[in-house]
Amino acid sequence: MAYSDKVIDHYENPRNVGSMDKGDRSVGTGMVGAPACGDVMKLQIRVNDAGVIEDAKFKTYGCGSAIASSSLLTEWVKGKTLEEAGSIKNTEIAEELALPPVKIHCSVLAEDAIKAAIDDYRKKGGGAAETIAPVDGETGAA
Amino acid sequence: MTEGDRATLELDLKQNHFELLGLPQRFRIDPGALSQAYRHMQSALHPDRFARAGDQARRLAVQGAAQVNEAYAVLRDDGRRARYLLELHGVAVDEERDTAQDPEFLMEQMELREALEAAEQDPRPLEAVERVRADIGARHKALLQAFEQAFEAGDLAAAKAEVLKIRFFERLRQEATALAERLEDRDLP
Repeated sequence: MAYSDKVIDHYENPRNVGSMDKGDRSVGTGMVGAPACGDVMKLQIRVNDAGVIEDAKFKTYGCGSAIASSSLLTEWVKGKTLEEAGSIKNTEIAEELALPPVKIHCSVLAEDAIKAAIDDYRKKGGGAAETIAPVDGETGAA
Repeated sequence: MTEGDRATLELDLKQNHFELLGLPQRFRIDPGALSQAYRHMQSALHPDRFARAGDQARRLAVQGAAQVNEAYAVLRDDGRRARYLLELHGVAVDEERDTAQDPEFLMEQMELREALEAAEQDPRPLEAVERVRADIGARHKALLQAFEQAFEAGDLAAAKAEVLKIRFFERLRQEATALAERLEDRDLP
C-alpha cells in the first residue's frame, strides 16, 4: 500500500508537534487511542476569550496516516471557533489525505481527539475566570 | 467403514473452537491439555487416514483439519481467546470504531512509548529496553487477569474494556520486541 504525497509530507514534516501545559485553563487536552493499531494521539488546543483556537499541538505514536491526520488537523483548527473545529468530520480528513479504507480509523481518531480536547476545555470551564473581569466598557453598560 | 471415516462423519463443523477441541469454555486454559487435544484431532483428521476414503469424507477431513488449526491458533493466544469468548457471548469488539478515551490509560501508553524511545538513547540501550519490556509484560499480564475476573463475574462490558486495553499492550510488546531485535542487530560486527 502506498502512502499519498500529502501523507508523506505531513509524516516527514509534521506541523505543530509538541505539548502545552495541561493545567492551563485556556488549554484543552484530548487523548485518544485506536485498539486496531495501538495508536495513541494527544491533541491540545489553546483557546482565547472569544472562543477561537489560537494554537494547537499534537503528539502521536502510530503509523504515518495517524501522524498525518493529527498534523493536518492541527493546521485546520487554528483560527477556528470551537463550534467550527468540533464539526470537522473524519471523512474530510480522509479525503484530504487520500487515506485508503484500512487507514480510515486514523482519521476517526483525529476527529475524536479534537472533540475530546474541546470537551476537556469546556469541562474545565475554560476562559470563565477571565470573563469575570470586564474586558472593556461595553459589557454590562446597558 | 473405517475408523477414520467414522471420525470425520461425526465431526460437527458448527462446533465452536472450545467444543471442537473438547475443552471447557472459559478463559483459563491448560496449555498441556490444549496442545494434547490439538495433536489428537490433527492425527485423527490426518489425510493419510483418508487416503482410501470417499471424496466426501476426504473433503470433510480437510475442512475439519483447517478448523482445528484455526481453533488452536485462537485458543493458544491469550488476547485472541479473550476476544473470541466475548464474541461467543454476542459482544462485538469493533477495533476500528471503539476508540479508547480513558485518559489515565492513554497517558500510561504515551509514557511507556516515551520510555521505549528514551531506552534507545540510553548508554546501555539493550538493558534499558529489557527493563521497559519487563514493565510492559507485567502490565499486560495484569490486564489479562482483570479480563478473566470481569468475564467470570459475567460483567461483559468491563471484560470488553479490558480486551481493548489488551490490544494496546499487544501492539506495544511487538514494538518493544522489534526495537530489541534492532538493537541486537546493531551490535553485531
